[in-house]
Amino acid sequence: MVEETLVEDVKKVVERWKEKRGNLIMVLHDVQDRYGYVPREASLEVSRQLDVPLARIYEVLTFYNYFKLQSPGKFNISVCLGTACYLKGAPALIDEVRHLLHVEEGQSTKDGLFHLQIVRCLGCCGLAPVITVKDKVYSAVKRADVVNIIAEHSNQKVEV
Amino acid sequence: MATVTMIKALINGIPVEIEQGTSILDAARKVQVNIPTLCKHADLAASAGCGICIVKIKNSRKMLRSCCTPLENNMEIITHDPEIVQTRRTVLELILSNHPKDCLICGRNNDCELQKIAADFGIRQDRFDHILPEIPVDRSTGTIILDPKKCIKCGRCVDVCQNRQDVWALSFIQRGFKTRISPAGDIKLADSPCVRCGQCSAHCPTGAIFENDETQKVWDLLQDQDKFCVVQIAPAVRVAVGEGFGYPVGTNLTKKLYALLRRLGFKTVFDTNFGADLTILEEAAEFVERFVNKKGPLPLITSCCPAWVDYLEKYYGDMIGLFSSAKSPHEMVGAMTKTYYAQKKNIDPAKIKVISIMPCTAKKYEISRTSDMSASGFQDVDVVLTTRELIRMIKQAGVDFNNLPDEDADLILGDYAGAGTIFGATGGVMEAALRTAYFNVTGENLKNVNFTAVRGLEGVKETTVDVKGIQVKIAVAHGLANVKFVMDKVQDAIKNGQPVPYHFIEVMACPGGCVGGGGQPYMVTDEIRKQRAKGLYDEDAAAKVRCSHENFHVQQLYREFLEKPLSHKAHELLHTHYKSRPLYVK
Repeated sequence: MVEETLVEDVKKVVERWKEKRGNLIMVLHDVQDRYGYVPREASLEVSRQLDVPLARIYEVLTFYNYFKLQSPGKFNISVCLGTACYLKGAPALIDEVRHLLHVEEGQSTKDGLFHLQIVRCLGCCGLAPVITVKDKVYSAVKRADVVNIIAEHSNQKVEV
Repeated sequence: MATVTMIKALINGIPVEIEQGTSILDAARKVQVNIPTLCKHADLAASAGCGICIVKIKNSRKMLRSCCTPLENNMEIITHDPEIVQTRRTVLELILSNHPKDCLICGRNNDCELQKIAADFGIRQDRFDHILPEIPVDRSTGTIILDPKKCIKCGRCVDVCQNRQDVWALSFIQRGFKTRISPAGDIKLADSPCVRCGQCSAHCPTGAIFENDETQKVWDLLQDQDKFCVVQIAPAVRVAVGEGFGYPVGTNLTKKLYALLRRLGFKTVFDTNFGADLTILEEAAEFVERFVNKKGPLPLITSCCPAWVDYLEKYYGDMIGLFSSAKSPHEMVGAMTKTYYAQKKNIDPAKIKVISIMPCTAKKYEISRTSDMSASGFQDVDVVLTTRELIRMIKQAGVDFNNLPDEDADLILGDYAGAGTIFGATGGVMEAALRTAYFNVTGENLKNVNFTAVRGLEGVKETTVDVKGIQVKIAVAHGLANVKFVMDKVQDAIKNGQPVPYHFIEVMACPGGCVGGGGQPYMVTDEIRKQRAKGLYDEDAAAKVRCSHENFHVQQLYREFLEKPLSHKAHELLHTHYKSRPLYVK
């Protein structure tokens, strides 16, 4: 759900970066920080305020893995697919999340609770394979652990 | 004045002396060395997209892309050695490894740059696993069909759409293997800023962007004994169709086309040039109404180009009142065919099918743009074929086109003045309108009907025309990227309550005007645009009747049917309305 303050929000962000050359990426970062993703409405507003064609904005948004175009869900399950995690069996973990939650990479569950994100190196290869949910890090995860990780968060009350 | 510095270099040991800044690719061509390339189009800037045009500098193993590397003084270039050829081959095999293999049933079969280069390289087997991305075909516009599976990511369509046309409908999204052409954020092309100009389809090397082929629809109509098929050809078609049959670029084949169209089975052959003359009578009358009689706002802006109309409705909704309400020439011929001609010949208009052969993809959209396009009580034009589709039909028809005898068009909607034929080139509508407007204002014909200041390929042409002491300020823009300059000036003046900078503006969406239209034969360059335009200007210069208002048969049409320009009947049948359809700012 995109807030009514969107135009104002974007205005603030644009104001912050307007003197900077090549400010599009910074603006989009700030938008994503604000909403957790870059909603289409926000892109349209950025396009208007920065006078950058929408097509160019989507070229940037889809080029960088970091930008998300959909609401990430309350719990973002990030599975690392960096080299170490990959070798230690991360692809099986991704399969398991997909199977359990019926989501593909970059998608959220229908109830909006979980979002599956595949990330590159998280900088703790010694713990491979790694999954993070919100700020919690799970190390040396086995396929059988995934169901418990999801259950742990399903039972939590959703913060509003 | 900038001085030209010449440099000397060796290409495969052959001395070459050339202007500094020339790419290695172009320099090589000067000494008969062809470096293969897939992405470089002579009409567009180099993008270094495909990696086929690689060359080496002597004593270096590094391979450079010759399309975007300027030749330097004393360079020694090697364009072909076993390693270069093998690398090019590998690049090509990688491209082929994710390109569909349905060449035999592709619209570009035998006319595809990828197919040609694969044949030239003698590729006989798949070296890599064949992986095809699953991307759906986008038929949403009904005019331009986007099939990203066939895309080789050369970037020409994106370049022409964003930079030449400033439309920004197409872009590359995603990265790496997932890269593909798409409108912003993966929406349908019809929901994007696309104005269906078709420049993407005219520049695409493969079948990834292709006009909606309606030739079968026309064959079916021609076979239907119950239908009375009438055809008309646009000005720009006659000077481009020959490129499909080995004629020198710009050859005017009007009379051969009439003969050909009768052989295809059309019962009546008309000419859109007649409609162009008719458009001029309406538009020049409109101009005089606004300019002399002050009834209506200025500047008057021409509206023959459907891509431009679409663009205006999307981005200049506040300026709709400035647009000429006159329909485009082929719509006028369609409406006259199903009313005046049907009555005169006693043919049931329900049985008449009007087919327009156009240099344009946007015309396919125009024929059902609003209910105004059915002014006769039926859709005034039933099918639009592009020049490229006509070329394919001729090849299917079993007609020896090159040796056909000349024939004339049918009367009366097939006769035209020189003014009608130059409609196909940028500046042509303006020139034709000025000839008649001058007469309408002064009651006299011009001694010299040539307005050379509005001819040629400069993006924006501004000039002042003296109409017996009255200064008429005009602007001509072609290629949509050039429109902003002109429209901004008008918008600023209106906003600030200043006098408008122009009285009359002509816009054609495609670079060069219709001769460079999105439905014209492939591989267009400015040189080709000039040659095609020359074919039209030569015909005008040789014409007995140069001005639309002197077209005897247009006069007859008014006498017998329409009464006078801007009459009630003319308004009903020959004029249209526009409405603002705002889209997101691009």
